[in-house]
Amino acid sequence: MGIRERLSGNEAAAIAMKQINPDVVAAFPITPSTEIPQYFSTFVSNGSVDTEFVAVESEHSAMSACVGAEAAGSRAMTATSANGLSFMWEMIYIASSLRLPIVMSLVNRAVSGPLNIHNDHSDAMGVRDSGWIMLFSENNQEAYDNLIMAHRIAENKDVLLPLMVCQDGFITSHSIENIELIEDDKVKEFVGTYKPEHYLLNDKEPMAIGPLDVQSYLFEHKYQQAQAMRNAKKVIADVAKDFEKMTGRKYSFFEEYKMEDAEIAVVCMNSTAGTAKTVVDDLRNKGVKAGLVKVRVFRPFPTEEIANALGNLKAVAIMDKADSLNGAGGALFEDVTSAMYVNKKQVPAVSYVYGIGGRDVTSNDIHEVYEYLQNVANTGEIDNPYRYVGLRV
Amino acid sequence: MPYNLKEVIANKPSRFTSGHRMCAGCGAPPVARMILRALKPEDHAVIANATGCMEVSTFMYPYTSWTDSYIHTAFENAASTLSGVEAAYKSMKKQGKLPDDKHTKFIAFGGDGGTYDIGIQALSGAMERGHDMVYVCYDNGAYMNTGIQRSSATPKFADTTTSPAGSVIPGKMQSRKDLTEIMEAHHLPYVAQSIAFANFKDLYEKAEKAIYTEGPCFLNVLAPCPRGWGYPTDMLMQINKLAVDTCYWPLYEIIDGKYVINYKPAKKLPVEEFLRPQKRFKHMFKPGNEWMIEEFQKEVDKRWDDLLKLEEMTNK
Repeated sequence: MGIRERLSGNEAAAIAMKQINPDVVAAFPITPSTEIPQYFSTFVSNGSVDTEFVAVESEHSAMSACVGAEAAGSRAMTATSANGLSFMWEMIYIASSLRLPIVMSLVNRAVSGPLNIHNDHSDAMGVRDSGWIMLFSENNQEAYDNLIMAHRIAENKDVLLPLMVCQDGFITSHSIENIELIEDDKVKEFVGTYKPEHYLLNDKEPMAIGPLDVQSYLFEHKYQQAQAMRNAKKVIADVAKDFEKMTGRKYSFFEEYKMEDAEIAVVCMNSTAGTAKTVVDDLRNKGVKAGLVKVRVFRPFPTEEIANALGNLKAVAIMDKADSLNGAGGALFEDVTSAMYVNKKQVPAVSYVYGIGGRDVTSNDIHEVYEYLQNVANTGEIDNPYRYVGLRV
Repeated sequence: MPYNLKEVIANKPSRFTSGHRMCAGCGAPPVARMILRALKPEDHAVIANATGCMEVSTFMYPYTSWTDSYIHTAFENAASTLSGVEAAYKSMKKQGKLPDDKHTKFIAFGGDGGTYDIGIQALSGAMERGHDMVYVCYDNGAYMNTGIQRSSATPKFADTTTSPAGSVIPGKMQSRKDLTEIMEAHHLPYVAQSIAFANFKDLYEKAEKAIYTEGPCFLNVLAPCPRGWGYPTDMLMQINKLAVDTCYWPLYEIIDGKYVINYKPAKKLPVEEFLRPQKRFKHMFKPGNEWMIEEFQKEVDKRWDDLLKLEEMTNK
């Protein structure tokens, strides 16, 4: 069962793309995702994929070419980071509104400025309401697995939305770890062939795409897009079930770590969850009922499920690797707390902003967060819900 | 097939249908219609369109004027969007995912704003990558869709809403970018400048060459705008004729680097003949502003002379 390998996160993403064998890949170099198109163009040069690789002159053109290719009737993929995603921003919205199931590897990095090439989640947070399905990955294995599941979710007739698989720049993209790959033929069978209903290259049914959509129509079209995002929840769960059958690896909307009897918990995404798990183990050894929720499916946001998972805690900290600069707290914090409010779960909650611009996140930092939560759990008091950890002030 | 307008129209029905919302007297629709007529009837086409007058007036949901497949995404990226479609075609064809016996051609349309300015990067990139497509710029010399703002294609002294002819600054103070030459610097197999003129022969033949020359080809077509230029709507074809007879807009093509001037007026008219019917140049005819017409004429002469030299040089 499976092929044991040692790969970096970027290599894992490139291998997944090779096994998916998309018709078109259009990409532009940007640290730390550059390696993905590098590895992939080697596959193209050596004839191990059928893909046309379009070495575009910018990320805006990368996404434009992906939109063109997907609308044409082919499978299109790309990879980017930070400013690359910012430069795509206009086309990110257009891709989802045209209902094109493009799949992207987003290797998370701080968005300028000032310039910083290291990891945080400000790039992803900038497109969180753009109509893309967003899956986050703790390590290379999850980045790979999420990509293998991506097309089945995105191309589902009830969904037809683009999807991005996020992983942490450098921390996982450039770290070599053990990984279990799936055999090529199994991936091919699992992913299946792309059969779009309508596409530009069908000469028997010419079609026009991307109209001027005025007051009498745009609202309904946007509603359909929102409905597709709501539909995606079930499809993501179904695909995860099939994936578990094939690999034995189980994926949910989020991972609950020692949450059964937890009194305090942290919610976070991507690689920080790995560090947080060791802290939870540490605290558990000391008799502290600590737990962790690692969000995998950030869009669509699993509101009810998250609220239920956190509803019995005495205190919760939501950790954001991007500051929202809104005077209110991080983006994940806002989503989690509003989900809890709507689902009538009253738990003292705080926002922790951390790790900006690649600032190291140590187990001591996470301990600090749990210590504060213990204090909140004991006293019920929160002196300031908008907090930072690892910041020099 | 030797060109005969009546035969072309009889044998090749328009692939760009009526009912669109382009203005009366606009130069762009006849250009689009004639270029598409150059397609072989058995060929399928995918048209990409930059945001602009042409796009908003021809594809307002749920109606379209385009009988071929058509895609619009944004303002600056008709070239890169179409490059993705073309890459998909190549890939799918190679993999046997599309019928063997059917050919698809790729044509992009963009105005001067979407081509000379905001879209030049995507255009340059797509052309350099060698996609098998034709990019057509319909150049009306300003951002007409947003209300006549100056672009880098706007001629010197033109009165636009962002280069208004005022009491201190008499219109646009910079001369027009020469995009056709910039595209030639990409060493494309076929680059041409055309206009709807004299039974559309020049435009039709250039479109046919561009569409059926393998590789990236570029057409720059002057397409007057009655709103932005300020001429009576029934004067479109006369304005076009004046643009070529004054050598303001020379008709030429560059085939693998060789320049061919397709029309050399027997009597080159003074450029003021072209300028006078247009309200955007009205201030140039006020007493005391003669220097503006002189300067304009000098620029036209210089560019025409340069072109004659290029033709001579590349045909030695």
